[in-house]
Amino acid sequence: MNRLVKLYHQLGSPPTFYRITGKWLPWLLGGALVLMFWGLYDGLFVAPIDYQQRESFKISYIHVPAAWMSMFIYLAMGIAGFMALVWRMKVAEAILIASAPVGAIFTLLALLTGSLWGKPMWGTWWDWDARMTSELILLFLYIGVMATYNAYDDPRKGARVAALVAVIGLVNLPIIHFSVQWWSTIHQASTVSLFGKQHIPWSMLRGWLIMAVGTKLYYGYSVLKRARLLLLETEKNTAWVQKIIEQECRHA
Amino acid sequence: MTPKRKKRLMVTLLIVLGVAAATALMTSAFRENILYYKSPSDIAEGNFPQQRSFRIGGMVKEGTFHKADDSLKVDFVITDYAKEVPVHYEGILPDLFREGQGVIAIGRMRPDGTFVAEEVLAKHDENYMPPEVAASLKKKPAADTAAPQESSQ
Repeated sequence: MNRLVKLYHQLGSPPTFYRITGKWLPWLLGGALVLMFWGLYDGLFVAPIDYQQRESFKISYIHVPAAWMSMFIYLAMGIAGFMALVWRMKVAEAILIASAPVGAIFTLLALLTGSLWGKPMWGTWWDWDARMTSELILLFLYIGVMATYNAYDDPRKGARVAALVAVIGLVNLPIIHFSVQWWSTIHQASTVSLFGKQHIPWSMLRGWLIMAVGTKLYYGYSVLKRARLLLLETEKNTAWVQKIIEQECRHA
Repeated sequence: MTPKRKKRLMVTLLIVLGVAAATALMTSAFRENILYYKSPSDIAEGNFPQQRSFRIGGMVKEGTFHKADDSLKVDFVITDYAKEVPVHYEGILPDLFREGQGVIAIGRMRPDGTFVAEEVLAKHDENYMPPEVAASLKKKPAADTAAPQESSQ
């Protein structure tokens, strides 16, 4: 436990964060690629088709992990935003800003694959039901975080305002999750729950779970890579960044 | 924690709590007022808009689906196992449309009590299973909790 606390404090300092996460990147990317290829292969070629939706069910091997990630990344971004607001941590600000584009892409992917799935199954590309509308609001929140950050000349001030947007938007997460219970929607209820009964056999669930882990590793890779670049940019006048530039020049 | 940080923590928590409370109030109000679709029981109580189109949701009653031989005109009955509404529709039905399946129809109520749909959407449930499993469940529909039509909501 003490080692974890120590690691947490080390990661709060930009130079140490930059040094430590640099070692993680290849592992995260490698793990993400292996798991995402495996998950897609398992879902598309090994898993059986659905008794009602037939092959169209296979869209879920993109749709479900993407939708899970759209909410997971927002939660991570909200927590980073909270830390940025209260403790003014530069690393938390970088994680917040770096998360937004990754989360936005997953949200867009969930919306698009859902639309492609909805046309043959439900008979419509889009419908303003509670699940789809709240997921669309999630996309706008991600865009809002990026837009507010870019609206300020001072990146630290921009990050603080963006953090406020992110933290306020956290309230949308339970709405997305419970929308299918609270309102009568065309979107079906949750198939997988953490503690309740699963409504899917293991042979079909496996691909979702492999993809869920793979996409999380990809997020880890992508957010750290972006956050490192952001820190280099905002800290470009400090000694540790100058030292890294010197080292890179010597290598080149 | 420094007093400054403590103050920032309180302010941030207050903002989060305030927004959460306001949203909770709004969503609970929406839950009463904004229903995505009406059920056949709502229709039976006269609880539906007369002048504009709206949505009605329920199950397609077994044995009520009729299709005209020479056109895309179809008739079926939507039920919520309490009340029923006859529906008339002309057009292409989604893949998942079948008797015993949940559907949502968008259209108007005719004075004679028939719902004329402009669009029919199929609703599927949260259960997924391979065709072989579904077939074997159908053979012995006894007390399996994972029966396809059973909704856990």
